[in-house]
Amino acid sequence: MIRNLTNRIILIVLILTLALWVDLSDEINVLNPVSNEALFSRNVEPRLGLDLQGGLQVLLEADIPADQQVEGDAMEIARDIVQQRTDALGVNENVIQIAGDRRIVGEFPGLEDTESVLATIQQTGLMEFVDTGDYGPEEGTILVTDYSPTGQPVEAVEGGETVYHTIMTGAELDSVTVSPDQLGVNYVINFVLKSEGSQVFAEHTGANVGKFLTITLDKQVISSPVIQDRIDGGQGSISGNFTAESANAFAVQLRYGSLPVPLKIVETRIIGPTLGADSLDKSLRAGLIGMAIVALFMILYYRLPGIVAVLSILIYATIAFAVFKWFHFTLTLPGIAGFLLSTGAALDANILIFERLKEELRNGKNLTQAVDQGWTRAWSSIRDSNLSAIITSLILFWFGSTFGATIVKGFSLTLALGVIISLFTAIYVTRTLLALFLKGFKPNNYDLWFGI
Amino acid sequence: MIDILSKRYLYFLLSFIIIVPGLVFLAVDGLPLSIDFTGGSLFEITFSDGQALDTEAINAIYEEAGIDDAQVTTTDTGSVIIRSSFLTNEVRDQILTAMKSEAGGDVTVISFDSVGPTIGAQVASRAALAVGVAALGVVVYITLAFRKVQNAFRYGVCAVIAMAHDVAVVFSVAGIGARFFEWQIDALFLTALLTVIGFSVQDKVVVFDRIRENATSLRRLEYETLVNHSIVQTLQRSINTQLMTVEFLLLSLALFGGVTLQEFAVILLVGLLSGTYSSIFVAAPILVLWEKREWSTWFGRGASA
Repeated sequence: MIRNLTNRIILIVLILTLALWVDLSDEINVLNPVSNEALFSRNVEPRLGLDLQGGLQVLLEADIPADQQVEGDAMEIARDIVQQRTDALGVNENVIQIAGDRRIVGEFPGLEDTESVLATIQQTGLMEFVDTGDYGPEEGTILVTDYSPTGQPVEAVEGGETVYHTIMTGAELDSVTVSPDQLGVNYVINFVLKSEGSQVFAEHTGANVGKFLTITLDKQVISSPVIQDRIDGGQGSISGNFTAESANAFAVQLRYGSLPVPLKIVETRIIGPTLGADSLDKSLRAGLIGMAIVALFMILYYRLPGIVAVLSILIYATIAFAVFKWFHFTLTLPGIAGFLLSTGAALDANILIFERLKEELRNGKNLTQAVDQGWTRAWSSIRDSNLSAIITSLILFWFGSTFGATIVKGFSLTLALGVIISLFTAIYVTRTLLALFLKGFKPNNYDLWFGI
Repeated sequence: MIDILSKRYLYFLLSFIIIVPGLVFLAVDGLPLSIDFTGGSLFEITFSDGQALDTEAINAIYEEAGIDDAQVTTTDTGSVIIRSSFLTNEVRDQILTAMKSEAGGDVTVISFDSVGPTIGAQVASRAALAVGVAALGVVVYITLAFRKVQNAFRYGVCAVIAMAHDVAVVFSVAGIGARFFEWQIDALFLTALLTVIGFSVQDKVVVFDRIRENATSLRRLEYETLVNHSIVQTLQRSINTQLMTVEFLLLSLALFGGVTLQEFAVILLVGLLSGTYSSIFVAAPILVLWEKREWSTWFGRGASA
């Protein structure tokens, strides 16, 4: 009834081994046996969604008129900048994704202090080197300078505030690093300028020894050192009351400059850590209880094929979990529900086949014929019914990704992939396992072994 | 063989009884749309023991911050939920700081959702579009899959009528839930709804597939007998898949799965059950009714079927 049974079993064992390998490890490394170098490496740590571990989710939208298109790859660049800024702050595993054509969704799992993240995202990071002459403003002072991003110089108003001259902006920076100062107490920010900037810098410092050179970020004074000497070669450092953390945050802002498109926050969601942990435990337990009852039912009702189906569902779960880990799916509560539903679809395929099988046995077919007929006849309804489930999942996925609704995305993706994998296990694995059982064992009592 | 189809008008009545009350609640109370669709914010917090602020104090703090539409409710677990119009992060911080100093203890943020008004409206219109596209996709798919059967288009239309039935049942549940358990129509509800649509079609396809198969092998039978035959043949599968597996999984999720998923699981549970029910008791009877053109007898004229 099945040709090349051995090949089929080898394939299943191979897939199962690979899946178990991914399931049980946090990282997959393939080493070159001779040199012991890594040929291939992939992180497969499970990712928990915000609803399971708590954290912050923000939806950012381009702050431009609704009828205006975002130009070219501006969203891509903005996404990269947001990612880099927040990564460098030391918040791990956060996921920043583009949603639709004018939105970015940022997820910061396990985070409680939302203010620092939001502040970092929203910083425009315009850095200026300002000539303040003999005036050494204190840190935090707001200066009016003659530079504006639109290119139109700000002009002094009679009797108004003093407008200081901006020598150059952070755009001239080539690289920025952070290091401890000589005493090892505070941190300094070292920078290297591009060639044009180096020229301007050398000339200005040469002509203004003894004067203040004030560095501002978004017009706010960060540090105001006195020029000690002409600085050639375009290398300098900024010292202030920096801790390692604040120096790093500052360096990030210098490095990544301003966003190509202004962003505003249109949606914020914060899930406290206790709620997340509670949901995970409860849902997993609920899932296990449900699965246990279903397994019991399958075995009692369908007997031998039931046992095979339960085995095949276990294999299904092993493969599905490995696929989810491999592609870095975020595990969310609706994702768990989607997974359970796809398990239902996997069982449905088995049930359709077994009902057919029993029918054929009742019609007096012998076992081999009945098994064959069961599969062939059930196939068209399994195919058509699962395709319709996949179509709806795709529509859901499209809906979820336009609005950064990651829970909807997570659900539809786990459901769609689950249904696809379940087709494989029902059609291929269950059939092979059943053939394997029947090879060494010829039941005569159909009533007992097949529950007809 | 059990005669299922002859009592078809009884099933239509039953569906009607199930669907109408919830829809009446919805009509009277209005759609309980969550901030996902309307925009606004939802702030859930807990206070340290014995230092909880009362509703008036919280309202005062919100008004201080320029928000005058705050609604405060206390949950069973002792946390406080405050609904209001959209809060920016600055305003939220201001409110949180004010609450901490007023209460004289710590205030823990359990969750905070804030959705801007424009995005909410866009989500709502896009959601309606998603449901529409799903329905259309289903008709096209079924018509294609059954193109070799006579009147393939009828199968697609019947599947969509039954699907509309399931959607109505889901909304009815939402209406009942909204009236008695303060449920809301949010992004999760929409996810459940679209899932019900997907699986509803799955059930219809299984029954229709059997009709398709029997139509060739049992050609001589009368159409009603043929459809009845097909339903009975797939009945065991429907019961086992729906009641024994999917419903058990969802039931355990609804009972033990924590608050977040409870509403979601209940809606899926009822919706998927309705999906199976409607493929046997709505979609198939309408197929027969259509074949026999029974509407000509509804108003007392013409011969009986």
